[in-house]
Order: sequence, then structure tokens, then C-alpha cells
Amino acid sequence: MSRNRIALTLGFVCAALVAQEKPQAFIGARILTMEGAEIASGVLVVHKGKIIAVGGSNTAIPSEAERHDASGKIIMPGIVDTHSHIGMPEGADGSAPIQPDVRVLDSVNLRSSSVSKARAGGITTVNVMPGSGHLLSGQTIYLKLRSGQDLDELEFNAPGAAPIGGMKMANGTNPRRTAAPFPGTRAKSASLVREQFVKAQEYHRKIKEAGSDAKKLPPRDLAMEALVEVLEGKRVVHHHTHRHDDVLTVLRLQKEFGFKVVLHHISEAWMIADEIAKSGAGASIIVIDSPGGKLEAKDLRMTNGAALEKAGVLTAFHTDDPITDSRWLTRSAALSVRAGMSRQKALEGLTLSGAKLLDLQDRVGSLKPGKDADFLLLSGDPLSVYTHVEQTWIEGRKVFDRSDPKDHLYAAGGYGASHDSDYPFDILALEAGEMYQ
Amino acid sequence: MNHLISILIASGCALSAPLAAQTPPGIYGQSIAIRAEKLYTSAGPIIVDGVVLIENGKIKSVGKFSDVKIPSGVAVRRVKVATPGLVDAHSTVGLSGMLNQSHDQDQLESSAPTQPELRAIDAYNGRDPLVAYLRSLGVTTVHTGHGPGSLISGQTFIVKTNVTEITGGVLKSEAMIAATLGDGARAKGEGKSPGTRAKEIAMLRAELIGTQEYLKKQKDPEKGKEPSRDLHKEALAAVLRKEIPLLVTVHRSQDILSLLRVAKEFDIPVVLDGAAEAYLVLDQIKAAGVPVLLHPTMYRAGGETENLSLETAAKLQGASIPFALQSGYEGYVPKIRVVLWEAAMAAANGLSFDAALSSITLSAAKIIGVADRVGSLETGKDGDVALFDGDPFEFTTHCVGTVINGSVVSEGEETKGH
Repeated sequence: MSRNRIALTLGFVCAALVAQEKPQAFIGARILTMEGAEIASGVLVVHKGKIIAVGGSNTAIPSEAERHDASGKIIMPGIVDTHSHIGMPEGADGSAPIQPDVRVLDSVNLRSSSVSKARAGGITTVNVMPGSGHLLSGQTIYLKLRSGQDLDELEFNAPGAAPIGGMKMANGTNPRRTAAPFPGTRAKSASLVREQFVKAQEYHRKIKEAGSDAKKLPPRDLAMEALVEVLEGKRVVHHHTHRHDDVLTVLRLQKEFGFKVVLHHISEAWMIADEIAKSGAGASIIVIDSPGGKLEAKDLRMTNGAALEKAGVLTAFHTDDPITDSRWLTRSAALSVRAGMSRQKALEGLTLSGAKLLDLQDRVGSLKPGKDADFLLLSGDPLSVYTHVEQTWIEGRKVFDRSDPKDHLYAAGGYGASHDSDYPFDILALEAGEMYQ
Repeated sequence: MNHLISILIASGCALSAPLAAQTPPGIYGQSIAIRAEKLYTSAGPIIVDGVVLIENGKIKSVGKFSDVKIPSGVAVRRVKVATPGLVDAHSTVGLSGMLNQSHDQDQLESSAPTQPELRAIDAYNGRDPLVAYLRSLGVTTVHTGHGPGSLISGQTFIVKTNVTEITGGVLKSEAMIAATLGDGARAKGEGKSPGTRAKEIAMLRAELIGTQEYLKKQKDPEKGKEPSRDLHKEALAAVLRKEIPLLVTVHRSQDILSLLRVAKEFDIPVVLDGAAEAYLVLDQIKAAGVPVLLHPTMYRAGGETENLSLETAAKLQGASIPFALQSGYEGYVPKIRVVLWEAAMAAANGLSFDAALSSITLSAAKIIGVADRVGSLETGKDGDVALFDGDPFEFTTHCVGTVINGSVVSEGEETKGH
């Protein structure tokens, strides 16, 4: 590379940095902030990755700001997907039903088209999880879908900060298998979980008793360390569960051991919404086009969102990608409105409620000064089928632009749109109920 | 918006909601007038404040409210939007049951790679909850039967969604013969055939030649050597005689072209099913004059369907290739897709509203060969209507009623439970 080339390249880098330093103002859009009433014709100003102002047409715009005409568009916060399998993650293997030491971050392929499709769907924050074929299949990872192909760059608190995430658990039929060490019944499933949590309580006690005396510490046990994080409430349990009785089993275990839990899928939530509300657990629900497909989902209803809202449960939607597609999670909210959920709670279910379930509400989920500049430009109302995500912005940088043919390919599909997204198991394996349900 | 709908009973005529235990309504024709703020007929422009008058199960007249004389004694139902009853151009509903357990999965018999003699009518369960689910969302006619997954899996048939037992309401008892090419047709197990794409075509060709010879022997039998009846070959003979088409689930462009070669070689009618990569070979499909039952718009992209596009429907429309949308076969969740929503997604990705509606009404009925009975609101056709409280394609709109043969067979959709 010639000296001139280097100079030129450096020049571009500097220009890019300077451009990024300038505030950016999006003017004239209808803004759904999730922090109160919609703004009919508003202004959003972002700077250095954060929102610095959001308000009506008289909102002050710094004179040096780069102005974007957003009239006719809708701006809403980036979508928070509370349960996804983009990046083709793999967690626990077939050796045991409970594997808390396994970290899904060690398996994610960010070059997978599934990640690009999520950006096309307006997803900016995502909880990537291992499957549900185990009682406990490993540690989940919260990502920001910034551009990049190194997981360090996409970890929620990146760069350089410790990764954060929850713990994936499941009950019902998915973790059941025909041979030990996997459980064969529901009671055995609960029993195996209880056994591990008791062990973790003892490990936790030994650590506390050792205090500052390193010699008294128990030998390091990565599985127990992760479970201790769960017991201390530092790591939220994301619990796959469908049937009403299985949900109640989760809530009993939660009460017994005191961990924080978010219930996932909950096909039969409409039957037990009040019990869920009493427990204080949050709900991350899926919306499927029809009931059935597996025994535990035969009574699935689109009224789950409405029932949980009525009972006062904090409720968000998830894709469970590839079960539903990351490009149309807004559709799950719309179908829930169809079945009786309020528009406001459905929109929050795409954004702020999900952020709260992941404990990330200080950073994402709504448009408010001080929060991350994660937002979407939409062509119309987010609940309309005719609406497209036109642009996805994360921390003040555009990560998806529908007008760019490369991005359009991910949004609409076509030749090459699904590279590197072959599921680690095919749909027939799903049918067998082995994973991801 | 349900409150916007009112039923005005002009006489003592009962319009009770269906009860599964009774004779299914709609089997016997009834009379009703549906007055819609927006009436989409699929046979002409939208009619504002339109009426469909149904007498004894058949459409008597369609037009503006001011132009249609409604006889006294006929109940008038007012609704915001009405469309023809929806036609699902290809499904496996009623054979691939809701529970997805081995006892309710009858869409694929894997004991042999080619079994055209299997009849859909012998497997259909009209009481599967997913049939009622579709009915509650405006679907009145389904083309269903044996699914993809083997080279020739069996027959399909066409039935109304109010039929719980096959005693009536069948539009076609043998509609098409279902086949598969590509990865989906590979036999499972070491040493079993077909194991490759070329072998699939070789076996298909052998089946067709065997049937040709059977037909020849039947026509000019040597004395004392008349062939005994062969139900397998008789089924395929209907394709060679161009009475029914071969419905071939095929996704990759090279497999589509292989099929078109075979169709030309044997001069048989074929219908492309799925056709994820159809947009790569539009010219060839157009030249062959073959219709397409396109995969559901929101079908999962992966394996052979990895290159599917939400914009294929619009491209087929642009190329003037006859096509319809379908719910298809699903091995997992959702166990059934709803064509209304698949058409909606196509309409959001370049397909015009009218073409999208036609893809689940008139275009669908034409391709499956029942357009003389259903698919549009026109005088003389069956009184099948879907009622909505807004733009049918919006996910927040409700199907507030479904009418088959003039009977209200559903009052509101089962997305809210049943």
C-alpha cells in the first residue's frame, strides 16, 4: 500500500469518526416513544450513540446536527427479541440434562443470514438462547445487533465488558428422553432440577462461609458457579414451558429456590394468567398461526397476550427464530391486538416490556434522552401488514437500509438470502420434538 | 369491531351458529343476503354498498344495494367487507392432524416411493380442529390430500370446510396426483430408491411408460391376455389421459426444469407446487403453460427453500403466469397456515390487492378446476362468502363470519379460542 493510499484511508477513517461525532436529527416523523403519548410530528436527536432529545416539532436541534427528513415515516424504538436462535447457536449436548457451564456465546455464527434478517426485521437487542431439549441447556447471551462479525463487538455491553445473559431451562415434553440421565416423566424432571439447585445452594453456602479465606473456598465448579449466579438473581432463568401444570411447576421451583424467572412460550397462559400475575414472573410469549403441531400447543391461543395484560403480567413477544421469522415479530403484536390485547401493551411487548424482562430497560426499549440510540424508521404503522422497516439504527449507526439492494435481499428473500442458516438440525428433527420448541 | 355487524332477521328464519353434533350447516343450501360496505367479488371491480343474494345455497344476484331486490323473508346480514369464500389451493389439512402425533398423520405413507392409488377421500378427517380453525378464518374450500415427501405420494381431493363426514360437499374426489422431486423425494434408508435426483426422474419416467403400456394393452388386448385391473396404473392413467394433473412439489430451479422436460416428453398436465426458485425460470414456466401453486409467502427458508422470496408472487403476476397461494404442508408449528395471511404478506411485497385476493379465491379455484362452483361472487356459483370487519389482509382485522352454501357456518374466528 502506497503512502498516499494510507493517507487516503486514514482520511476516510477520520472523516467517518467526525461524522459520527456530529449529532443527527430525524425530523417530521410520527414518533412512538413507549414513554407516553405518540408524537404526531416529532424530532429525534441522537449523538455519540445516545438519544439526546425527543419531542415535538419545536424540539431544539443543535446547529451542527446532520438533519434527516423523516416526514411521513414512523419512528419507534428498536425491537427487543426476548428469545431467539439466530446465529445457529448450540448449547448443551446429549451427555446430560442439566449443563449450566455451557455458554451459548461460544457457538454463535454472526455471518449467518439469520442475523442480517433480524436487523431487517428491526430487531436491535436479542436474547440468543440454546434449545429446549434439556432441563437446563446453558447460558444465554444478550446481543446488540451492531454491524460486526466478532461476538465481542455485539455483546450487549461491548466492547470489552463482560458478556451478559440468562440461563435457559425447559420442562414438559422437550427435555424428556427415553434413557437416563435424561428424565422420562414430569416429576423426574422437577426432581433432577431440584437436586442441582440444592447442590448449588450448598456450594453457595461454602463460598459465603469461606469469606475472604481463599483456602476454605470449595474447588471451582463452573456449573455450580453459574447456578449460584442464578440463585443470587444475577442471571435470569428463561424457562420454556407450555402446559398450565408445567408453568405452575416452574413457579413452585422458583418460589422454593428464589431465582428470577421469565416464562417463555406459555401456550396455555390464558388458563392461568392470574396465577402468573401473583407469582410476579414475566412472560415472553410466542404467537403461532394455528394451534397444535405438538401436543403441548394444542390449546395455544392468540388471546394469551390479552389475558396476560388483563392479569397485569409484564409481557413481551419473541420470535423463537426459526420458529417464527425475525423479520415479522411486529406481526405477533398485531395478531395479539386482533385477539384483544391493547395496542399500547402490544407495542410495548415489542420493545420496553422485553427490555424490562431482560433487565436492560435503563439502556433500551424506549426513546428517551440518555438511552441508547436504537430506533427504526418504518414506512407506516408498526401493526400494519403493509409496513416495512426502512432503516434500523443501533447506537446512532445505521445497520439496515431497505433501499440498499444487499439489505433488501435479507428483507425480502431471494437467491442467497439464507446463507449460513441451515439449522443444526432440520425441521424433521424439530418435528421429533428434540430441540427449540 | 364485531359490534358493527348486525343481523337483521326479516323473518323467523333461524341463523343459528353451527353445532358439530348436528348435520353440518351448509350441506343443504339456504338463503341469505349479505350487504357489505365494500364487496370484493374477485370477478370485477369492488362494489361499494354491495349485496350478494344467495337463494337455496346458490348466488342469485350480485350488485349494488340499490340494484338488487331482496325478497321478503330473506335475512340480511350487514358487514363492512365481504369477499368470496377463501379457497386454499393446496393443503394437507384433515390428513395431517392438529396434534402432530403418529395417529393423526395420514398425509404420507412411506412404505413405497410411488403410490398414486392412495385416495385422499379415504384419509380425510373433517372433524380435525384445524379444519374448523380455517373455516372460522373465512376458508370455505380446500384442495387437500397426500403431501410431499415421496416420489408419488397419492391423490388429492377438494372439499368444503363445513364437511365433517364425507357424505356430501366434495367438489372433486380425485383432483390431482401428488408427487415430489428433489431432496424431498429421496427415500430414507441405505440402498433405497430413489436416492438421487436422476433416479427420481428415471423412476417417474418408468412409471409413466408402464402406464402407457398398460393403457395400450387395455385398448388392444391380445385374445385371452386382457390385463387384470391395476389400480396403481389406473390412477396414473388419468394423468396420461389429461383428466387430472400431476401436482409436483419441487423447489430448485433445476428440478423445475427436469419436471417440465418430463411433462413435455409424456404430454401430461402438471402443476408446480412450492416452486421456491420459480423466479429463476419464469420464462420456461411461462412457455410450458404450467400453473404454479406457490409456497406460502411466510414459508421457512432453509434447505431446498433457502432461496425463496416474499416477492415471487408479484413476479409470477408480472409474468402473467397463473398462480395461487396455498397453506402447504407443515411438519411442525404452525401445523396449518392460513392462506388469508399468506396472501396478505404477498400483498405487502409487491402483489396488488386484487391479485392477492384472487390468489386465494378465483385464481386458486381456476387452477384446481372448480371455478364453475367457487372462487368468485357471481350468479350461479355456490353461496360461499367470507365476512370481515376491515381490510381482510390487515392482521388486526377479524373474520366475523363464514358462509357456505348460504349458511352461516362460523361466527367469528377461533384465534380467540373455540
